[in-house]
Amino acid sequence: MRSLLQFLARFHVFFLFLALEVISLILIVNYNNFQRVRFLNSSNQLSASVYEMSSNLTSYFQLKRINEELARENAELQTKLQKLQVLDIFSHADTSVISDTTYQFIPARIINNSVNKQHNYVTLNKGLLDGIEQDMGIIGPDGVVGVVTNVSKHYSSGPSILNRRWRVSAKIKKNNYFGSLYWNGNDPQYARLNEIPFHVELAIGDTIVTSGYSSIFPEGILIGVIDEFNHDSGANFYQINIRLSTNFKTISHVELVKNNFLEEQINLEEQNTDD
Amino acid sequence: MIRDLLKYLIMLVVLVLLQALILNNIQFSGYVNPYLYVLFILLLPFETPRYLLLFMGFFLGLFIDIFSNTPGIHASATTFLAFLRPFAIDLISSRDTIEVNTPPRLSFMGFGWFLRYTLMLVLAHHLFLFFVEVFTFEGFIYTLSRSLLSAAFTIVLVIISQFLIFKE
Repeated sequence: MRSLLQFLARFHVFFLFLALEVISLILIVNYNNFQRVRFLNSSNQLSASVYEMSSNLTSYFQLKRINEELARENAELQTKLQKLQVLDIFSHADTSVISDTTYQFIPARIINNSVNKQHNYVTLNKGLLDGIEQDMGIIGPDGVVGVVTNVSKHYSSGPSILNRRWRVSAKIKKNNYFGSLYWNGNDPQYARLNEIPFHVELAIGDTIVTSGYSSIFPEGILIGVIDEFNHDSGANFYQINIRLSTNFKTISHVELVKNNFLEEQINLEEQNTDD
Repeated sequence: MIRDLLKYLIMLVVLVLLQALILNNIQFSGYVNPYLYVLFILLLPFETPRYLLLFMGFFLGLFIDIFSNTPGIHASATTFLAFLRPFAIDLISSRDTIEVNTPPRLSFMGFGWFLRYTLMLVLAHHLFLFFVEVFTFEGFIYTLSRSLLSAAFTIVLVIISQFLIFKE
């Protein structure tokens, strides 16, 4: 016993080093369950308010670009509205378009963002008090951005598409074949689409949109276009490179999507797995 | 003593903010990212006890982790750096080069000594950091080149910082 204590005392620095490394390792491995170490992320009050201050300062320099973005989005919405009004004239009785309240949108601003890590996250300036909840999708003017996993009183954060720990269910717009889209950690402009079988006809430039199966995003939100595809001999699926429509280096204003029937859908799906 | 403590505390806050708000947003070709915050561990006095070095390394890394959503990654790398520091110092200096009450700075230790010191420790830190971050040896060359480029960038910043701020 005594010699053991002497041994420990002699090499105490080395053992302290090992202990601290083990703690770090536990933190790294456990982080896969985002919620467990909730306070160790950028939606906590201290780091989020620092980020917000910095973002308040720098956002002035981006006003011009943001205005252009908003104007463009506005124009798109106007055209959609026009089309709807035309529809409305022809069918007064058909209110299915208007009464579809499955999804609700809440605008927010990105106060922190990165593209150069293996696991990139966005932090937003809206939180619990603004009605933000876990598992709400984040959509930018050019399509899907990410999903909310952590919410504090005034802030929320979560992985963007540029995060190797997150996948999104996506489909090819023209023929509805769906697969799972993920980032391979290299170029922030490109992602991969998996699980598309060989017999599907593809072309470079085909649009990729959300499938709507994940219940986080509505169906048909833009993700990107096919940049190149090929199939390895022996594999069952295409390897498809997607050029993302969202520029993650400049994005600043987003909308959060709330699925009002999310709980109902998940409960229903859980019953399936119980059987 | 109190003055020194205050000086190091201010340096800590400035370095963490600099890292989180400015340097983390620098992207040369998308992948290269300098981690200047290690300067804090490099500049601690020679007499700092080893256990204190380790604790400071761990908590400095944890601070950076909180700001960049990477719990444990920076903490492990910076602890590693703090563990290596005394060995690096022993390796490159003879008994009489280190005087009492001089911090390991360029102006006291000379350019050659400081460059070797920074080179060894920053390289070790960055290699550890980037490999822990990807958590695989797949794409070894890619990760290696990322860490080497970032290390070069960090070393240049560390040397510049010695000429700009810590001249005295």
